[in-house]
Amino acid sequence: MLNQVYRLIAPGMIDVACTTPDIREKVILRPLYLSICKADQRYYLGNRSKEALKAKLPMALIHECVAKVISDCTGNFRPGDIVVPVPNTPTQDDDVIAENYRTTSHFRSSGYDGFLSDYVDITPDRLVKLPSSVDLKVASFTELISVATHAISRFDMFSHSRKDSVGIWGDGNVGYITALMLKAIHPETKLYIFGTVYEKLGYFAFADGTFHVDHVPEDLRVDHAFECVGGEASRPAVSQIIDHINPMGSIGLMGVSENPIAINTRMVLEKGLNLFGSSRSGVEDFRRTVEILDKNPIIPAYLENLIGSVITVRTIDDIHKAFKSDISRNFGKTVIKWEK
Amino acid sequence: MVIAAVFAGGIGSRMGNSDTPKQYLELGSKPVIIHTIEKFFVNDRIDEVLVLCPKPWIAHTRALIEKYIPAGKKVSVTEGGATRNGTLENAIAYIEKNYEVDENTVIVTHDAVRPFITHRIIEENVEAALKYGACDTVIPATDTIVESENGEVISAIPNRKMMYQGQTPQSFRLLELKSVIASLTEDEKAVLTDACKIYTIKNKPVYMVDGEVFNIKITFPYDMKVADTLLKGKEKDA
Repeated sequence: MLNQVYRLIAPGMIDVACTTPDIREKVILRPLYLSICKADQRYYLGNRSKEALKAKLPMALIHECVAKVISDCTGNFRPGDIVVPVPNTPTQDDDVIAENYRTTSHFRSSGYDGFLSDYVDITPDRLVKLPSSVDLKVASFTELISVATHAISRFDMFSHSRKDSVGIWGDGNVGYITALMLKAIHPETKLYIFGTVYEKLGYFAFADGTFHVDHVPEDLRVDHAFECVGGEASRPAVSQIIDHINPMGSIGLMGVSENPIAINTRMVLEKGLNLFGSSRSGVEDFRRTVEILDKNPIIPAYLENLIGSVITVRTIDDIHKAFKSDISRNFGKTVIKWEK
Repeated sequence: MVIAAVFAGGIGSRMGNSDTPKQYLELGSKPVIIHTIEKFFVNDRIDEVLVLCPKPWIAHTRALIEKYIPAGKKVSVTEGGATRNGTLENAIAYIEKNYEVDENTVIVTHDAVRPFITHRIIEENVEAALKYGACDTVIPATDTIVESENGEVISAIPNRKMMYQGQTPQSFRLLELKSVIASLTEDEKAVLTDACKIYTIKNKPVYMVDGEVFNIKITFPYDMKVADTLLKGKEKDA
């Protein structure tokens, strides 16, 4: 079948191309809602190195999506099923290394076509069925939620059992979602949020305390922490975490930084801290995420607050409008209603 | 019920040195007509697909469908007519004979040589046909349209903002379409080759569905080159 994909051919330039998926081997999906991620925005704006842009473009952007099954000759899904597609695509099995850390895995909208297309063709093992309880606009950013779920799974794998309090540095989307999922998975744990914008900190009403990073009480301590800041600000954030974390705490690093970040290793050693990285997610994280959203309706209800705008896309110009509207957003997600 | 009628009636005489009707030429790894059928095959608004082609090509068309189209949705092949109206009448007759037809039966007619049709265009055709009775797929005209009555001198230049280029699908409530065609005289049938034009002459509204610039009709060798260009870069699949 001929399938139209809308590829970024250069920063700010999108054009249509065609792929030829085999309808006998793949599940064919129609995207319903998509959500723009910061990584997409970096490609769209050209805020990546020339080498990265040259290596990865042209490609269709967007790896966050909820879709309807249109056709499935593999017999796993029925037309009309609502699913979330997993952008990570492993090419090799590995009993030890998770699928999202394998160097051989492909990732949609990072060198391979994302979901900005007439149809998405995908193998059935990359799909998770969505229960009807979850709002489709919230479901459009299931991938981002699953990144938080994945980070918390790794946190549970690495951290010691005392989890009386956890600090989350970062008052943006990743901080908000990680905090919410942590509350769902560890409801007894006290959650403290550390940010730079009072207005955004106000959105964390479900947390046990919020602090501006310039006014953190000297004696405040947390057992563990997540860094959800990214960029150059990762350095002061990690530094502050190290100051306020209890000995033998675990620090989950989730913020993406373009440049190397200096870390106070003396205090990491002295406190016996455990720093771990977390990036992307795999199909098991998607399954767990969907289960949590289904069983805890309060979580998707809070996540609805993240929907900054919903932009209906019928033309390539509308795609540009969606990305341009997203640029000025400092909190929340730009959701695309796909009618192209 | 919604039935897609894929018109593969043209003999392709304009296709360079090739004697093969253009809908049977390979685009990528499959014939053009298969790409087109697949778009209707996967669309869940379409219940069945009917292909209308010249009689000598029926066996070949059936063989291609068997080779490329998976089991699941019924794809039938029958003979087209000598003209577009004839093909349309054959489609209506075939559908009435083989399916249970009622006032909500919709026929989505589409050129086999337009394989770049999209999901949205099909969906909006079905919705518009059900809501308004008839629809045509169009894009705004980009060139200035010039009218000449004698082919030598311009007689009028219509306002471009009001001009559109017709594509396909054209979709209709089947029973209404049948009665509209039945109301034509033989002379009218010979002149009125476009079903939507028949509707407008009979003062029946035809809703316009937004087409796509790339929903091209593969008519000339140049079109095949454009189609090939659109297929470049498919190695980006994950």
